[in-house]
Amino acid sequence: MYLENISLSCFKNYTENKLEFSADINCILGPNGSGKTNLLDAIHYLSLTKSAFNTIDQQNIQHNCDYFSVRGVFNQGGSRTKVQCSCKTGAKKIVKKDQKVYTRLSDHVGLFPVVLITPYDTDILREGSAVRRKFMDSIISQIDHSYLNNLLRYQRLLNQRNQLLKDFATRQRFDAELIASYDEPMLALMSTISRRRNEFVEQFAPVFQKHYKTISDDQDEVAISYQSEVISEQFKQSFLANHQRDVTLQRTGMGVHRDDLKCTIGKRSIRKFGSQGQQKSFVIAMKLAQFDLVEIHKQFKPILLLDDILDKLDDHRITRLIEMVSSHHFGQIFITDARAERTAVILKQVSSDIRKFMVSNGEATLVENSISRD
Amino acid sequence: MQFPSRLIEHAVEEISKLPGIGKKTALRLVLHLLKNDVAVSESLANSISRLRQEIQYCEQCHNIADGPQCTICANPRRQHQLICVVEDLPDVLAIENTGQYYGGYHVLGGIISPIDGVGPDELQIESLVNRVAKPDSEIEEVILALSPTMEGDTTAFYLTKKLHPYNVKISAIARGVPIGGELEYADEITLGNSILRRRNYENEH
Repeated sequence: MYLENISLSCFKNYTENKLEFSADINCILGPNGSGKTNLLDAIHYLSLTKSAFNTIDQQNIQHNCDYFSVRGVFNQGGSRTKVQCSCKTGAKKIVKKDQKVYTRLSDHVGLFPVVLITPYDTDILREGSAVRRKFMDSIISQIDHSYLNNLLRYQRLLNQRNQLLKDFATRQRFDAELIASYDEPMLALMSTISRRRNEFVEQFAPVFQKHYKTISDDQDEVAISYQSEVISEQFKQSFLANHQRDVTLQRTGMGVHRDDLKCTIGKRSIRKFGSQGQQKSFVIAMKLAQFDLVEIHKQFKPILLLDDILDKLDDHRITRLIEMVSSHHFGQIFITDARAERTAVILKQVSSDIRKFMVSNGEATLVENSISRD
Repeated sequence: MQFPSRLIEHAVEEISKLPGIGKKTALRLVLHLLKNDVAVSESLANSISRLRQEIQYCEQCHNIADGPQCTICANPRRQHQLICVVEDLPDVLAIENTGQYYGGYHVLGGIISPIDGVGPDELQIESLVNRVAKPDSEIEEVILALSPTMEGDTTAFYLTKKLHPYNVKISAIARGVPIGGELEYADEITLGNSILRRRNYENEH
């Protein structure tokens, strides 16, 4: 699966731009602030109907414009699909597939998967457990549609239950039957969700470990494991016994909304004890494992977006990544870099259809189309 | 919008508070009233104010009524051993229009949703329990006809807990594929549920 072309109108700093891509490697070059990452973000929009960096769609409209529109054609084994994503000021964004408007955006997610690797990825390790749950959930949702539905239902029940706990506090009254009306469906959903997450991590962890070994020279043993209170056999009893505390705290204190991924290096927390380099390798390995898992489930390769990683990685790790590129581990790749010469040197060893685009002030142009096959 | 008269402005303001009516439609209605006889406007105003002053809610089932009891509760030919619990008035009309139901009703007046500030106290739940718990109650079955949403399910669950101590059968309306609809167009969740809760063909035909 690959993206044949893209057209941007009033998207971030792009006024009007149309580009034809290579099915292999596309390099997006240009100085800082020229709009390289914005181009990757536009591809992200076509795949996941949203920006990877700014959750507010309206803010992606170019200054002094009243709409943005991103259009592209995905090619999957010869069959072409047009995807369009547009947003007007003060209106909801519209996503179309072959001219048909989606009523539910979630129906589009997972059809044309991308994996994005950016310098911000280490946030996955540094920030709270919510980021790691999101990482896990977004992959499982792409693979398993019913999972997303269960997750949304759970979230809604949780919100209602938390509001109820606040009401109990203000009214100084506790209604055991009413809280039970939330507990029972939540307990059922929690066991489904945690079972699915556990299954996912069991599949994910070995792939991740393999990639970490490739990427880094480290001999340290890295591990990712699923952490959840729900797995415990006494969970139901402890959840129900926790009512008193829930009422005092005015929120639900136990459940899958507190799950986490335990990330360790040499049996110690990577967040606290991992060096910056180890953390970088750790998240890249996570992303590569994501790539592999999506490929296994979809039976085709996702698009890989590499944002500014040549700048942030040392030569050793870059060499390893490029080796993976040369061995055709990936499908279509988009890579941004501020230094054109460096990219040229690195990609010399790779025999693929490489196109280079130069971005300046929100306008990208094809500068080199080197088809070198041996 | 600019209006030449304060009176028109005020009328437009009031009418556009109604659901589904914007400022332009409201203006059209106002101008229509002005073009017609005074009697038309007076009759409209009169019917609205009488509606508000004289309308009553059935003491028993909280359906809309002209007196203390609604026509359904007062009808001796209906099966008062059955009561159907619904969220709101339009649901009563919808079930009545099926022509398949001859029991009584109980209108909750909403559905439990703490986020929207609706708890059991805001609804006619206690009165339902009292109806069932009365020593001379003839109620044999309570049918829960609530929307198949998360809030509907929670409310149904709560009612089941509340009614459990009393000797009544509690049932819920069936959910599944619409009759006359094509199977391939049914949404996954409904169709999945229909498969899981399939019924025995021979016993029911």
